[in-house]
Amino acid sequence: MSTRRTALLLLADGRFPAGAHAHSGGAEAAVRAGRIDGPATLAAFCRGRLHTTGLVAAALAAAACAGCDPYALDAAADARTPTPALRDTARKLGRQLLRAARATWPAPELHAVAATRPRGLHQPVVLGLTARAAGLTPHDVAQAAAYDTVSSPATAAVRLLSLDPFDATAVLAGLADAMDAVAAQATAAAEAVLATGSTDHLPAASAPLLDITAQQHAAWPVRLFAS
Amino acid sequence: MTGVTAHARVTAAPDGSLPLLRGDGPFALRRTRAAGPWSQVTVVGAMSAPLGGDRLRLTAEALPGAALRVTSAAATIALPGRDGDGATYDTALTVGADASLWWLPEPVVSAARSDLRMTTRVDVADTARLVYREEQILGRAGEEPGRLVARLVLRIGGVVALDQELAYGPGVPGYDGGAVLGGHRAVGQLLVADPAFADKPPEAALLGGTAVVTPLAASAALVTAVAADGLALRRLLTAGAEHLGVVA
Repeated sequence: MSTRRTALLLLADGRFPAGAHAHSGGAEAAVRAGRIDGPATLAAFCRGRLHTTGLVAAALAAAACAGCDPYALDAAADARTPTPALRDTARKLGRQLLRAARATWPAPELHAVAATRPRGLHQPVVLGLTARAAGLTPHDVAQAAAYDTVSSPATAAVRLLSLDPFDATAVLAGLADAMDAVAAQATAAAEAVLATGSTDHLPAASAPLLDITAQQHAAWPVRLFAS
Repeated sequence: MTGVTAHARVTAAPDGSLPLLRGDGPFALRRTRAAGPWSQVTVVGAMSAPLGGDRLRLTAEALPGAALRVTSAAATIALPGRDGDGATYDTALTVGADASLWWLPEPVVSAARSDLRMTTRVDVADTARLVYREEQILGRAGEEPGRLVARLVLRIGGVVALDQELAYGPGVPGYDGGAVLGGHRAVGQLLVADPAFADKPPEAALLGGTAVVTPLAASAALVTAVAADGLALRRLLTAGAEHLGVVA
């Protein structure tokens, strides 16, 4: 754990101006399909997302923060994201985060990414680079990425279902140990990537329903959230 | 440790011959009659496998210019072993330049208390074509599923195009929630690699509520489906194959 605790709070804050509030992390489609209808199903959804997408995102972020090649990580993220709607969302969020990061923690590395990849990199890779610019550790950013994976759907569920915010927060608190475990697992994977130079050590845990429903959701004519 | 260690191998040549066709342990390999211009091999189960503790390997190669279709005679049932060990099942597929491989086995069924780790690595040349199907059924009729971790890695021209790992069953957190399987008892993928996709990627398509066809970032496409049972799953994957213009 780094000593720069305030920088970590700033980066993990849902109010950090990187556009994440417009995304539900698949919750809007799951609510429509009846797969999230209250605190218990929200918890099951979040637990599944955390151990799949969340683990992969946390490992990508930790590896980028550790100094692994961001372009190789971006290609590895593509290979782990078979759904074009989710690749587009990840790059869009990556561009928005990069803008906010360059203003908040200006660093040559961030400016270089913006210049070489105007279409953006996957958001977790940018998150890792941002954490690096902010002086945080790979484990810090893995923690932030894991938290983000479940806080998006939990916050969205409050709006979509008029769920009691106390219940949604209790769901997040109930996942605290799992988030810590995922962050530790992701950090270990990032260390292996750094040591070997091979992105094959990144986890590749997949969530079929998230992949399927993201593409459906992108085709909805009217929706509350962008993803 | 108990269990069977086996490595079965098949190699197809462009003249339609099978220079290597070697079954082992639970895998009997039979050349079967092909309905088209390819060599066809059917994997026949010679004993119940994988059981816990088994270490199984299956290697297939279509040499440059060859066309090979591999099917299986029956579903593969993962069963628990006597002393609680997990089983492994590693498949390595290589498709050479201008070669074609159709890999179309019957489903894997995770029987209650089984514990199987499947790893499939597919290496496809830039000019090769692949149709690969995998189907997993969570438990035999009315039983709880065993545990399965299945990783699928596709490389095209040496570059990773797809890397996916699906895990479900006892001890896998959240697998039955609305993000992963949501109570569905069958899950599968159909992966198609075709050099023609480089210029003209297939369009994404929705196949009912629980399946999609998606173009990958590389010149390949994936059908992802979940369903209530194996029959419904097969229908979705077959519809996906039709959308992609391939026979599965």
